[in-house]
Amino acid sequence: MPEAIQFLPPRSEVLSRRAAIIADLAGILPADCVIHEGRELVPFETDAFISYRRLPLAVVLPRTTSQVAAVMKYCHENGIPVVPRGAGTSLSGGAIPQEDAVVLGLSRMARILELDYANRTATVQAGVTNLNISDTVAVDGFFYAPDPSSQLACTIGGNIGMNSGGAHCLKYGVTTNNLLGVKLVLVDGQVIELGGKHLDAAGYDLLGLVCGSEGQLGIVTEATVRLIARPEGARPVLFGFATSEQAGACVAGIIASGIIPVAIEFMDKPAIEICEAFAKAGYPLDVGALLIVEVEGSEAEMDAVLENIVEIARRHEVMTVRECQSATEAALIWKGRKSAFGATGRIADYICMDGTVPLGKLSYVLKKTSEITDSFGLRVANVFHAGDGNMHPLILFNANDPEEAMKAEEAGNEILKLCVDAGGCLTGEHGVGIEKRDLMRHQYTQAELNQQMAVRAAFDEDWILNPSKVFPLEGRG
Amino acid sequence: MQTSFTPEQLEDPHVAESEKILRRCVHCGFCTATCPTYVTLGNELDSPRGRIYLIKDMLENGRDADEEVVTHIDRCLSCLSCVTTCPSGVDYMHLVDHARIHIENTYKRPLADRLLRSLLAAVLPYPARFRAALTLAKFGRPFAPLIKRVKALQPLGAMLELAPKTLGNASPAMRGAQPVKGIRRGRVAILAGCAQSVLDPGINEATIRLLARFGIEVVVPEGEGCCGALVHHMGRENEALDFARRNVDVWTRQIEKGGLDAIIITASGCGTTIKDYGHMLRLDPAYAEKAARISALAKDITEYLATLDLLPQEPKRLTVAYHSACSMQHGQKITMAPKLLLKAAGFAVRDPAEGHLCCGSAGTYNILQPEISAQLKVRKVKNIEATKPDIIATGNIGCMTQIGSGTAIPIVHTIELLDWAYGGPKPGKLKG
Repeated sequence: MPEAIQFLPPRSEVLSRRAAIIADLAGILPADCVIHEGRELVPFETDAFISYRRLPLAVVLPRTTSQVAAVMKYCHENGIPVVPRGAGTSLSGGAIPQEDAVVLGLSRMARILELDYANRTATVQAGVTNLNISDTVAVDGFFYAPDPSSQLACTIGGNIGMNSGGAHCLKYGVTTNNLLGVKLVLVDGQVIELGGKHLDAAGYDLLGLVCGSEGQLGIVTEATVRLIARPEGARPVLFGFATSEQAGACVAGIIASGIIPVAIEFMDKPAIEICEAFAKAGYPLDVGALLIVEVEGSEAEMDAVLENIVEIARRHEVMTVRECQSATEAALIWKGRKSAFGATGRIADYICMDGTVPLGKLSYVLKKTSEITDSFGLRVANVFHAGDGNMHPLILFNANDPEEAMKAEEAGNEILKLCVDAGGCLTGEHGVGIEKRDLMRHQYTQAELNQQMAVRAAFDEDWILNPSKVFPLEGRG
Repeated sequence: MQTSFTPEQLEDPHVAESEKILRRCVHCGFCTATCPTYVTLGNELDSPRGRIYLIKDMLENGRDADEEVVTHIDRCLSCLSCVTTCPSGVDYMHLVDHARIHIENTYKRPLADRLLRSLLAAVLPYPARFRAALTLAKFGRPFAPLIKRVKALQPLGAMLELAPKTLGNASPAMRGAQPVKGIRRGRVAILAGCAQSVLDPGINEATIRLLARFGIEVVVPEGEGCCGALVHHMGRENEALDFARRNVDVWTRQIEKGGLDAIIITASGCGTTIKDYGHMLRLDPAYAEKAARISALAKDITEYLATLDLLPQEPKRLTVAYHSACSMQHGQKITMAPKLLLKAAGFAVRDPAEGHLCCGSAGTYNILQPEISAQLKVRKVKNIEATKPDIIATGNIGCMTQIGSGTAIPIVHTIELLDWAYGGPKPGKLKG
């Protein structure tokens, strides 16, 4: 397997004490919470960024915050790296371990602790899945807004680590805009609380700092999130265009007009074909690009907003406009969109990019993206959150062909650099992980990286937490 | 995802098939969320993605199965919820089938486990033996709580607890063709099967009555028996294929004799397997074609009834919680037909929450994995009872036994309610 991205060399003093460390962990936690047998470690060697794999030293699956704290205290005292893991759905390798690391899995901390409708908050353990929150409060007319495509499986802890987004974040914001408080286990095992049920806290906004810190500042074990009342109605509408450029320009047009739909999702022709084959949602197959625009509110409100959007779409020579006719149809439209990545697995292996660009550059970047993948002789499918300018080109390749796998990675790097050069950034919602780590220099100067690392060091001086991620290995000081 | 098999390994058609299945998986992790054992145990090793990875590692390295791998594969219910969830179309069913065969061929289980499995395989598929065993179990039942205190004997305790307190009379020998009323509109065979014919003969009696009323001639051919699912899920492939061949022969003779519009199955667990005969026997040149034909004719009773345009009936003021068996919704993808039929028949139908999760029955799972099974049963019963139903309906005998042992609400087969609504007798379980 080609490996362009390096991990930190394992700490030999940790590797040599493997047996003792496992015995110690088994003393700290109940027996069924420690996994160390070779075969059983293999399934934890990667996440959804599957081209990179490292066997961990051990995996622990604690059930309580105090167990998490005990593990952190022990690992900190003994200089053992810790890699936190939610559901292992990271597309940037955020949960990929390393040979000298203990994987700290939060999957057994999956209880909803409190629903407080008076304050419109839910307090949950970090291993609760994103969708589970919305499903639980749906009967009472509420939902949790950020909705990553993997929301069925991904955990709220992982969402906080990556500051995850989703289709409906255009209107409601990403994780950081919907997070009110966390219980955080620090690297030395101390437990602190940040935020609460209020919108702002006294002093520094450490909560904002923790959200998106990719498991490098501490382990979130509980979170308090905002709940939002379900709108009266919601309607996804399909807009088909002849070309990706027209669709991209239409997105910029909608946003520039001041309208904020709940979601504007983009699919190009290859993505439409993939999603339609899986979901049979009725996406038009005779168009070059498709926008799913969702509006919500009362019937009158939706009609009025839609009228304006249709008017803008006409100016961009929209070919077809299709309003969905039923709740079942709407569910299928979203099912197809949210399954796009997995469904791509039916035709090829893929890596998924996450660059974000200014909306005015959307058409340009789409065109350039195709040119880049063409130049590597690879296919690309685009399906992404267009309203945020958060692009997800899926570069298709054959994982059993090492040369092609390498080309896919190189093409991906070119595309991400293109996004940065167009005035955007490397990641909209998937995080840096290991995937984009070495491109951080393209985004930031050394002084900017140093400042981020100084903050990191205030929490974890010894690079214990998820150490191979986010910051290029050279120049760490 | 990337795989690494040698050309020699890929010469084995089973390995070649598994390799193709593995290549489809993109390791997205969606499957973990809807897996009953992951939701219960919170360990990725007990999730589809974890098992896929364990199987991949074992097969790629050409390794015999070992205790670690077996533990986690054994915990799989084969409910196939993951197959419904998977956006990439990973054929987990045939992958885990292959793993189970590999385990059976290369792993020596502890003695108690071997004895238990042999006992189940020797008794359950044979109605006469099963009947005798259940009669014996009546005497053992009072000792179940005591027996369950010994860990190695827990499966035995679970078995005793599942055995029905009372057993109806042996089904009258309903073999041969059953007469129709009026004009003959079709001819079907029905699977008499094994365990269901002992535990609840009323299910097939209701089916035959109902079909006769609609002018469908039902044949119960001599010589058919267990579909093979039971031993198939234990990895005892040769035994499973023998069962399959025998049934293929019996039904093929019926096709040649008078033609069959369908082979009707009233236990969805069996339906999933019979619909897979074509695949199971694909490498047997003498049977491949015949088996594919049988699989194509196999229909769940509700799937078949949906083609008959049953007339809507007056509302009955009875609320039915419909429990979709995993083999129905995931194995056969039949989700709407049973509910639409019940609604048309005049029942108010409720969908319990977490309908995708298994009740823990899963063939012999409630005997082999009593602890996980018991947790799933509690969860299922809680969700069903929350809908405040008068009756629970489902299309699989295993679920009926499992859920029935955890609730006081009567549980019946969907077909018993339909038979009642269309002129048949009120199901015995609803009387009194």
